Parts: sequence; C-alpha cells; structure tokens
Amino acid sequence: MGLFDKFAPTAALYNQLENAGANPFNVAFEQVLSPTEARIGDRAILLLGTNNYLGLTYDPAVMAKAIEAIELFGTGTTGSRIANGSYDGHIRLERALAGFYGRKHAMVFSTGYQANAGVLSTLAGKNDHLILDADSHASIYDGSHLGHAQVTRFRHNDPDDLAKRLRRLAGMPGDKVVVVEGIYSMLGDTAPLREFVQVKKEWGAYLVVDEAHSLGVLGETGRGLAEAQGVEADVDFIVGTFSKSLGGVGGFCVSDLDGFDILRVTSRPYMFTASLPPSVVAATTEALHQLRTRPALRRQLRDNTGRLYAGLADLGFSLGPEPNPVVSAIMPSPEAAFTFWTRLLEAGLYTNVSLPPATPKGMALLRSSVSAAHTLEQIDHAVDLFAQIGREMGLIAPAQVRAAQ
Amino acid sequence: MDSIAGDIRSTIFDTLRTSLGKPVELSDQTNIINDLGLDSVAVMDFVMEIEDRLDISVPLDRIAEVETIGDLVATVRDLKGGI
Ligand SMILES: Cc1ncc(COP(=O)(O)O)c(C=O)c1O
Repeated sequence: MGLFDKFAPTAALYNQLENAGANPFNVAFEQVLSPTEARIGDRAILLLGTNNYLGLTYDPAVMAKAIEAIELFGTGTTGSRIANGSYDGHIRLERALAGFYGRKHAMVFSTGYQANAGVLSTLAGKNDHLILDADSHASIYDGSHLGHAQVTRFRHNDPDDLAKRLRRLAGMPGDKVVVVEGIYSMLGDTAPLREFVQVKKEWGAYLVVDEAHSLGVLGETGRGLAEAQGVEADVDFIVGTFSKSLGGVGGFCVSDLDGFDILRVTSRPYMFTASLPPSVVAATTEALHQLRTRPALRRQLRDNTGRLYAGLADLGFSLGPEPNPVVSAIMPSPEAAFTFWTRLLEAGLYTNVSLPPATPKGMALLRSSVSAAHTLEQIDHAVDLFAQIGREMGLIAPAQVRAAQ
Repeated sequence: MDSIAGDIRSTIFDTLRTSLGKPVELSDQTNIINDLGLDSVAVMDFVMEIEDRLDISVPLDRIAEVETIGDLVATVRDLKGGI
C-alpha cells in the first residue's frame, strides 16, 4: 500500500487530462502584460478567467505604493502581528476598511480563506451552531470545521429552508450563526439577502456575508450585496478578500459588534501565521482608495458584464441566472468542459473549468470572469470564439438557424 | 430492529432510489460512496432530502462518520430519538 493509493480515482482523472494534453493545472503564464493580456510561449492570451474585476493589478498608483512600501519597510514582516507586532500599514488598512464600510471594527487576515477560517472557527464555539448555505465556498466549509460548533447546511439561496433549520434548533442552547455569500463564485448568482435578514431576525441568529466576489462590484459605493439590497445594518459581519477586485492578496472582516477585537487573541488563523507584507498592504490600501474614488470602474464592469452575458446567452449557451462578473456556461459533461476550455486556450482565450464537487448539483462549468479593464473589442472577440468553437462542438445551434429565429 | 429504524430505512432506500434515478440493490451494508458512486457533495445533498422527509438536521460531522446505509439509519435514529 502506497501513501497516495487512496487518491487513485482522482489520479486516474488527472492523468486522463494530462494524456489528453488538456490539463488546466499546468497553465503557466510566462509573461503577464496587463490585467487582460498574457503570453504562453509565443501565444498572446486574452485573460477572461482571473477575478480581476476592477483591473487594478497594473494601476500605476497602486504599483507605486507597493514599490514605495518595499523601499521603506522591506519585503516581508517575517512574523505574525500577535507575536512580532503590527506595522503601521496594517492598522491604516484596517481603519480604511472600517471607514469604507462605516463600521467600528475591521480586522485583516493573510488571505480570504484565512479570514473565513479565522472568523467562523472563532465566532461559533462548542455549543454554538453554524448554518451554511449549501453552495458555500470551500473556505467557509473548512473554516467551520476548524472550530467546534455544530455545522449544518441549508438549501442554496432558500430562506424558507434556513427558517426550517433555525426552527429545529430553537430551544437548543448556543448562538446561531448563518453564513451566506454575496455573489456565488460558481454560477455568479446573488443571495436573497433581504429575506435572509428577516429570517435571521425572526430567529435571533447572527449573519455573516462573504462579499469576496461582490466587493467593488455591487452596491452604490461598491460595498457589495448588503449595500445593494439595503440591509447592511442587519448584517453582523462582512468577510471579504483582497485577491479579486482589489488585485492583491489578503482577507478581512468588518463588524459593529462590541468586543469584536477579542478575535485578535482568540482566532488561530489570525494569530499563528505571518501578517501581510508591507507592499501588499500598501497596494491594497491604494486599491481600496481607487475603488472608492473611481465609480466609473464599476460602471465599466457592469457594461462589460452585460455585453458578455448577453452575447453568450444570444448564442444559446445556458448561463447562471443573473448577469454578474462571474459568467458560467453550463456544459453537458466534464469532457465537453475540458475540450471547450482547451480549444479556447489554443485560440488564445483563457477561461476556467469548474467541476463537481466544487460546483453545485454535479454541474460542469466553463467559467469566465469579466474585468473593467476589458475593452468592448476584447469582449466581442471572446464571444466570437465561444460562438465558433461552441458551433464546431455542436453545443449551440449553427449560425444560420439562430439567425432565422 | 425496532419499527422506527425500519421506517427510517425505507425512507432512506426510497430517497436514494429517487435521487439516483435508477433501480439499485440496497442494504444496510451498501457503502454510500464506493457502491453508489456519490461524491461528498452528492452525499450531503441526498442527506438533505432525508432531513426534509424526517424533519431533522444532521450535523456535517455526523454525516462524515457515515459509510454505509446502516450507519446512516443509526445516525438518523439517534437524532430522531433525541427530539
Ligand atoms: C466566496 C469566497 N470566499 C473566500 C475566497 C478565498 O479568498 P482568497 O483567495 O483571498 O483566499 C474565495 C476565493 O477564492 C471565494 O470565492
């Protein structure tokens, strides 16, 4: 018996991809030219699968702040904030986040994954209950398991099912913490937050919303789904990441609850890992400033999103239910998803393949993400490639048939 | 075998056959992942159907302990009894 024998079924699938020459895990961009362009070998690649929603990774002001921070503070903090101290930048970024959300408290983590792990494992203790949307991101599941609370899941985006589960817990000791996301990363759908807020109030539960994919994307000022649906006052904790719209790496949690700062000395994923390097902190602080002061980025993202979503829908692809910057085409099988993905890449377009168990209901997805940095020409070119290859694969109707409809 | 466990077992059989969409041999010894080819999320989704039918919530750590249908019957029996 070898140590890795238990992975035999996964290894078989992996080798199959490898042999077919279509292994998404092998992609390495040798050069990245801009938020929307890269090179693999001598091929120019249009990037449509990077979560770089506002395209801030090459913003001159953001880059300048990162470079300046390296010169002033060096490359890394070489330790955790609890053991080795904070830098001024960490505290300024936390203040900026609290200011942006209009909340008393903000805490920065080293990734979004760790933010969920740090918050969920600590908020809900041994006799408490975490109630997760069934389609929650892996970091929400893993973070929940890291703690000692009882974890149950409710049907995706179903407030009645949540209510049913809270009813079953009524009378049991312990706090109840409900976790949902703003925009779901697989199909790009949003949570019915107003209804969830009613349920959580009715049953006296706390509500955590992970705005990883909605920060900078939704809401009048870019604060996310809670802002867009006008329910921020009833969301107890907002978690998010710097790795998408802010173009960096790191995670955060903001809240108005008194006593929040005790998490700093009780949350193990906060305490026992190195803090973010000064360059990342400075870049993120500037990216947040750009997000706040350039609402045009959000409008451009909306326009680009609408164009890609409508373009693919018109071709006859089945997509997620709402036009958000995650645009997923539902494929008939994992094989079709891999073939489509490979052919798009050969044609110079980079997208993502998502498969079960990461996807809901066993779906195979070809997933795109739109950026404010895409030009309309780039979006149209992507739609053309989807049309051409989709037709060649027989996934959508031929051009003349659709035109005649 | 008590009659509550018997009822739970037939509910589980029934739900599994419906969600697999094909006739399958099922017994207490059936291994839910290996014999039925369900992945971790499919198992949780199928347990949700059972939760609905029996009006219980099965915590995820209890689902993780389940390997066979017999294990699931025992877990559900335990949670039902606790109400
Ligand atoms: C909903 C959700 N939460 C959290 C994360 C984790 O973020 P990070 O990449 O910062 O670890 C992601 C993305 O990967 C996500 O999609």
